[in-house]
Amino acid sequence: MQNEQDQILNDVTTGEYKYGFYTDIEQDTIGRGLSEDVIRQISQIKKEPEFMLEFRLRAYRHWLTMKMPEWAHLNIPAIDYQDLTYYSAPRQKARLNSLDEVDPELLDTFNKLGIPLEEQKQLSGVAVDAVMDSVSVKTTFRENLAELGIIFCSFSDAVKEYPDLVRKYMGSVVPYTDNYFAALNSAVFSDGSFCYIPKGVRCPMELSTYFRINAANSGQFERTLIVAEDNSYVSYMEGCTAPMRDENQLHAAIVEIIAMESAEVKYATVQNWYPGNKEGKGGIYNFVTKRGICKGDNSKISWTQVETGSAITWKYPSCILKGNNTTGEFYSVAVTNNHQQADTGTKMIHIGKNSKSIIVSKGISSGVSNNSYRGLVKVLRGADNARNFSQCDSLLLGDKCGAHTFPYIESGNQTAIIEHEATTSRIGEDQIFYCNQRGINTEDAIGLIVNGYAKEVLNKLPMEFAVEAQKLLQISLEGSVG
Amino acid sequence: MNTITKATTLKDHFLNLFRENAGVISANSAPFLNRFREDAIARVEQAGFPVKGSEDYRYADIESVFRNDLHHIFGPRNIDLNVREIFHCDVPDLETSLLLLVNGRYYGNGKQLNKFPDGIIAGSLARASVEYPEIVRKHYNSYAGKSKDGLVSLNTAFAQDGIFIYVPEGVKADKPLQIVNIMISDNDLMAQHRNLFIAEKGAEVKIVICDHSLSAHRFLTNSVNEVYTGEDALINLTRIQNEHNGASQITHSYSHQEARSNLTASTISLHGGFIRNNVFVTLNGEHAENHSLGLYLSDKGQYIDNFVFIDHASPNCFSNQLYKGVLDDFASGSFNGRILVRRDAQKTNAFQSNNNILLTDDAKMYSRPQLEIYADDVKCSHGSTMGQLDDNALFYLRSRGIEYKEARLLLMFAFAHEVIQNIKVEALRDRIDDLVNKRLRGELSRCNNCAMQCG
Repeated sequence: MQNEQDQILNDVTTGEYKYGFYTDIEQDTIGRGLSEDVIRQISQIKKEPEFMLEFRLRAYRHWLTMKMPEWAHLNIPAIDYQDLTYYSAPRQKARLNSLDEVDPELLDTFNKLGIPLEEQKQLSGVAVDAVMDSVSVKTTFRENLAELGIIFCSFSDAVKEYPDLVRKYMGSVVPYTDNYFAALNSAVFSDGSFCYIPKGVRCPMELSTYFRINAANSGQFERTLIVAEDNSYVSYMEGCTAPMRDENQLHAAIVEIIAMESAEVKYATVQNWYPGNKEGKGGIYNFVTKRGICKGDNSKISWTQVETGSAITWKYPSCILKGNNTTGEFYSVAVTNNHQQADTGTKMIHIGKNSKSIIVSKGISSGVSNNSYRGLVKVLRGADNARNFSQCDSLLLGDKCGAHTFPYIESGNQTAIIEHEATTSRIGEDQIFYCNQRGINTEDAIGLIVNGYAKEVLNKLPMEFAVEAQKLLQISLEGSVG
Repeated sequence: MNTITKATTLKDHFLNLFRENAGVISANSAPFLNRFREDAIARVEQAGFPVKGSEDYRYADIESVFRNDLHHIFGPRNIDLNVREIFHCDVPDLETSLLLLVNGRYYGNGKQLNKFPDGIIAGSLARASVEYPEIVRKHYNSYAGKSKDGLVSLNTAFAQDGIFIYVPEGVKADKPLQIVNIMISDNDLMAQHRNLFIAEKGAEVKIVICDHSLSAHRFLTNSVNEVYTGEDALINLTRIQNEHNGASQITHSYSHQEARSNLTASTISLHGGFIRNNVFVTLNGEHAENHSLGLYLSDKGQYIDNFVFIDHASPNCFSNQLYKGVLDDFASGSFNGRILVRRDAQKTNAFQSNNNILLTDDAKMYSRPQLEIYADDVKCSHGSTMGQLDDNALFYLRSRGIEYKEARLLLMFAFAHEVIQNIKVEALRDRIDDLVNKRLRGELSRCNNCAMQCG
């Protein structure tokens, strides 16, 4: 049976990345390199107001004083920031009003990715903002949402149309001084999504952003800002893919969420950037800062992520539980295969009274990959009755991979209750034998077990994503058991 | 004496201190120990002092404990007190062979090294390196020498003496060896000593270390223990830290375990202003078993930091970490436990548990239980909790007529006892139970061993 399992493992690890195509589309790019001039140029191309340029330059100057952090359990080759292209956009001749005017090549790309960009796919009930390289290509359902007062548009549009809102909230959760990549993103970010849910509005459909890196040697730096006013609700999804290339590409994004009183925001990510080939060549460096703040009482932010792609993943979607009775949730499945590396987890910062957080992290590593959970639970002095429960499990498939757990637990309140538990194991031969015995072949058995293992998290995903995520898990993993 | 001025960094201060005193340090130690000094000081120069915020010393402010103007004694010891008179061990039924360490030097009343009838050798490390060079050479600095921690190198550069214990093959020590480590001085003092414990194949020994301070000065100890547990050997090591709160203690313990060996190391931290215990264990042979246990009871401004690193370098080994603490007033504490399972260390069983009770909102606890695993056929788990006493349990006790305060104490004592019950020396276990009980009631004066009674 061991041999058979090894065979299946082999078959699976030779599986190809199916989103690896490249779209030959006319691109507007600016030259490689990073300087104040490049930033001015980006700002100019995007016709931004003065405050944005100032924000970018402040961030850039701050970035220059910073050093790349080294604490992560990752082996990151040196990144030459002067060798990257910081702006690349599908060439647009005029402003688009309907889908017919979108470049057919581009539509084709998104069709291949299976993204419901066409408005006739109303039944799917998902509003999509598609971002290719540096700019947002098309936002669907914008008008329908506007009727409810919901703003859902690209970040550049928001800067022009709602400068007051952008100015008020941008950088309020992740300031440009936050970390190295947040500073870099703040200086050069090109586009992203902006979402504003007014008071008392329950967003009737899932909002979705689809990110695609297409151009070579370019970095993608997008920024998402979600503001949920009192008593509002929104569920947001994010997906990502990139072509297969030999060189590494950098993706450094920022996501900020602000939840006011009794608001609820759900943010789901299925991250499937190109992970590099079997020898670990190429792939995306996914260095993302995601953070939400439960500003008002009784608010709730929930992060769900399925991380299967990227050569290196380095991100910690976090919640600042500032209001009283607030809730933060983090559900994660991180899968690494071949030479992939992941150092991911969350931060739950309890400030308000009766704040609650739950962390469920499921790591799956195979091949020669390394998968780390790193998470902080911090309870400040005033956070009476704060409650946290963390469960971090690791599944090892094969004897050459690594699974690591690095929790940081800091308590400063006597009434706080914090629990953390973690286990590391592999799929037992007895479990496989049990399935075999009942006529389920080894490959299916492993799929079954892995899916069962990840179910707790997958259940938290919106319907549309859950199906995709389950398939992804199967592609990334089925059979890869030792 | 040397004082640290603001113009020089801590590192420069100690580099200068070494350059100025290298001759005296060497003259008052042993030639073998002197061999390592130059290399060690170069490593200090390279590594520097741990910085607060770095991964390994995230919460421990090492620089702050060095900030005081501390004196050093490198020359001949000039203690003419009768230490045995002012210090009496308060473990009543414990019959031990007593080894005294005063300000980091062995105090043997003229006899530097004891050889017991069963072949056990115990006494001064410096003396042992002269009399038994082949034993010391094999183990000294073999385990701690690989450390990248500047403080370990600092110890290697400065340490002049310490305790040496050697248990020959197959010998089972009939009574525990007790090391009483005393700091006593007329001024603020820093001392660095080095202990080396060796249990050869099949040997068994119980060692107790008691840390005390006998005068009300600021003390800083930076000590290194190297422990070698040979094949089938069994070592039981218990350390009771009970210095006054003006004293700071940094201990490093490097244990090397061969196949089928068994090492249980317990650290009970009662008093002491700043305590940092680094524990490194290498399981170097199959079926080795390690238990690292810790209990810390802190109040006022105490800071107690336990850093444990278990390296599963061989298959089929077992390790268990259990650290529990109660923090009162504005005390703070940190636990950092790491289990490393190397690539081929299959069939490893490793467990780690850290439980804390915070009694006030001013107390702070940081816990980092970590797993780093590179083998797939392993059973590893860890858990960490922070909380308070269980209301239901309190209610249960009170409903049976036990008053609130007493019920609380009972629960805290039960919480602590889980660690204490693992101590194998019965008389000592009872005594520690008693000490912990007193400590929790606030009755244990940190000065009750001290003749000076300065309060």
